Amino acid sequence: MGKTLFEKIWEKHIVKTIDGGPSVLYIDKHFIHEVTSPQAFTGLNKRGIKVLRPQQVVATADHNVPTLNQHLPIKEELGRLQVEALKKNCADHNIQLYGLGHPFQGIVHVIGPDLGITQPGMTIVCGDSHTSTHGAFGAIAFGIGTSEVEMVFASQCLLQSKPKLMRINVDGILNKGVVSKDIVLYILSKITASGATGYAVEFAGSAIRSLSMEARMTICNMSIEMGGRCGLIAPDETTLSYINGRQFAPQGIQWDKKITEWKLLYSDDDAIFDKEIFIRAEDIEPMITYGTNPGMGIGVTEKIPTNETINENDKSGLSKALAYMGLQQGAAIKGQKIDYVFIGSCTNSRIEDLRMVASFVKGKKKADDVEVWIVPGSKQVEAQAIEEGIDKIFAEAGFQLRQPGCSACLGMNEDKIPAGKYCISTSNRNFEGRQGAGARTLLASPLSAAAAAITGVVTDVRELLN
Amino acid sequence: MKALTTILSRFVPINIENIDTDQIIPARFLKATTKDGFGKNLFRDWRFKNDDETKPKADFPLNQSQYSGEILVAGKNFGCGSSREHAAWSILDAGFRVVVSSFFADIFKNNALNNGVLPVQVSEAFLQKIFQQDNKAELTVDLEKQTITIHTTGEQEYFDINSYKKTCLLNGYDDIDYLLSIKEDIQEFETQRG
Ligand code: SF4
Repeated sequence: MGKTLFEKIWEKHIVKTIDGGPSVLYIDKHFIHEVTSPQAFTGLNKRGIKVLRPQQVVATADHNVPTLNQHLPIKEELGRLQVEALKKNCADHNIQLYGLGHPFQGIVHVIGPDLGITQPGMTIVCGDSHTSTHGAFGAIAFGIGTSEVEMVFASQCLLQSKPKLMRINVDGILNKGVVSKDIVLYILSKITASGATGYAVEFAGSAIRSLSMEARMTICNMSIEMGGRCGLIAPDETTLSYINGRQFAPQGIQWDKKITEWKLLYSDDDAIFDKEIFIRAEDIEPMITYGTNPGMGIGVTEKIPTNETINENDKSGLSKALAYMGLQQGAAIKGQKIDYVFIGSCTNSRIEDLRMVASFVKGKKKADDVEVWIVPGSKQVEAQAIEEGIDKIFAEAGFQLRQPGCSACLGMNEDKIPAGKYCISTSNRNFEGRQGAGARTLLASPLSAAAAAITGVVTDVRELLN
Repeated sequence: MKALTTILSRFVPINIENIDTDQIIPARFLKATTKDGFGKNLFRDWRFKNDDETKPKADFPLNQSQYSGEILVAGKNFGCGSSREHAAWSILDAGFRVVVSSFFADIFKNNALNNGVLPVQVSEAFLQKIFQQDNKAELTVDLEKQTITIHTTGEQEYFDINSYKKTCLLNGYDDIDYLLSIKEDIQEFETQRG
């Protein structure tokens, strides 16, 4: 019987399996950041042990960093202490840190791929649920808790049970104005925020294969929003040409050896999945969320669901979400007033996202009463944007280009959306309070967010494209 | 990790589905570098008006004195969202040892088990029966037998748990102890793959 992509990688990383229990899974790369690592270091120190394989760990500071004036000390005391603790812990344990001020600093899931650290066939973990992003390279990449961070520090391994396997096939040609964020929001609206819980999800089909690496990362990034243990896409020529020549990519003979291995990473024709889902690319229009979980999305021309149109079980959730969002059942979402536009986060802050936004807004101006923040995912992305003159396009449009970090994605650092305000956001979560207590988040693609920045309301971006 | 065998207790019902970890513990409270003290911010924004501890929301079960106990009962898909283990720490720190729901998000489930908090997954029908009990009803969770019982009605359901995790929890072992004990196997694996 054939094997799935997931199984091929999984089996190569099993150290041993406990009878009737989980397997010991070897971890190739371990990314860490300041929020979910301090207690793990404390745990190690209490046991009097050191990180076993420090050269397989890469650290950055992203969640708690300011995105303006990064050269100044962090104002917020506790955040500053966390960033300082990371610095000290990395020094004590010999871990490479790309901290504030370093040219490689950025959101952990942006820098890994950007630097060529993330590679096909790897097992990758991080104390962060959006580690699923790295799966776009054909890797098993998943988020872990702090106890598990400590386990990987101590042993370079984790105890894991093999998840069930799901394949989501997206075939066909995408409509004008529809990008990878719309694909994933569409899938979420169909299978719900728990539709893939317990599964490793492989994304396949002609529409997925036609995407760039960065667009693929957006999809795998949000596989956790379906509850998926991880998301992955088989590596192909697009993957190889993306990695080739990056900072930490294999070179010379090593490269040749690696690509031979990587070319075997695909699901065999007769491989069996526990569940398969088929989606037609043509059915997808620009998407937007109206509720308080990422599964509560609709096409921009659709109406917000009502008690009559929604599944019986979801009724109480719908009323609660709409009460929080200040939106009405059955109302149009198009035309909804927006106060803030946030283009950033590990979902959509890569150079292609910024280029997409820049080429759309060039020569346009933002609406007067809207505040627009563009937050690049890394120092490298920021430098590239400046080199290409994208910063000037943003400045002319009245958009504020800030410095790299998680920023308004999570209401933890200084960048927060005020209570009651509407923010169209390219991030991945619209949970209550996610962008700040009382903030109201509408998730959308960078293109749809840029369109709303120009008009000041939720807009069908297709009407502004020629 | 503290061992857990049997819990007999009243419960706190939060009859809401898709409770995400941003509700369990909002991001702004994740700045600590220790595991303690998160309990007071459990469900912070559902518990207090305008982030003000002197203004508890009267309609939230954690603020209602008729509810107490070591068991939290919540709607399906509990713990979705972020990987923050702070969610499990805040639940434990607030005095809960068991969370009952009809469905758990993966990462939360692991985090809970790694901290001695038992996630008990029951059928939707059984969950609804628990929600229908009055505030004096007690539940028994027996980890050895893998059962949960509603005392007033005697109704019982079996729940699943990985046998390895069960042994850990019954004895208070954690995974790190085990992983450290197989260091040679790990080194051998590294050598083999070159
Ligand atoms: S950008 Fe947002 S989702 Fe991504 S790692 Fe940072 S906080 Fe998490």
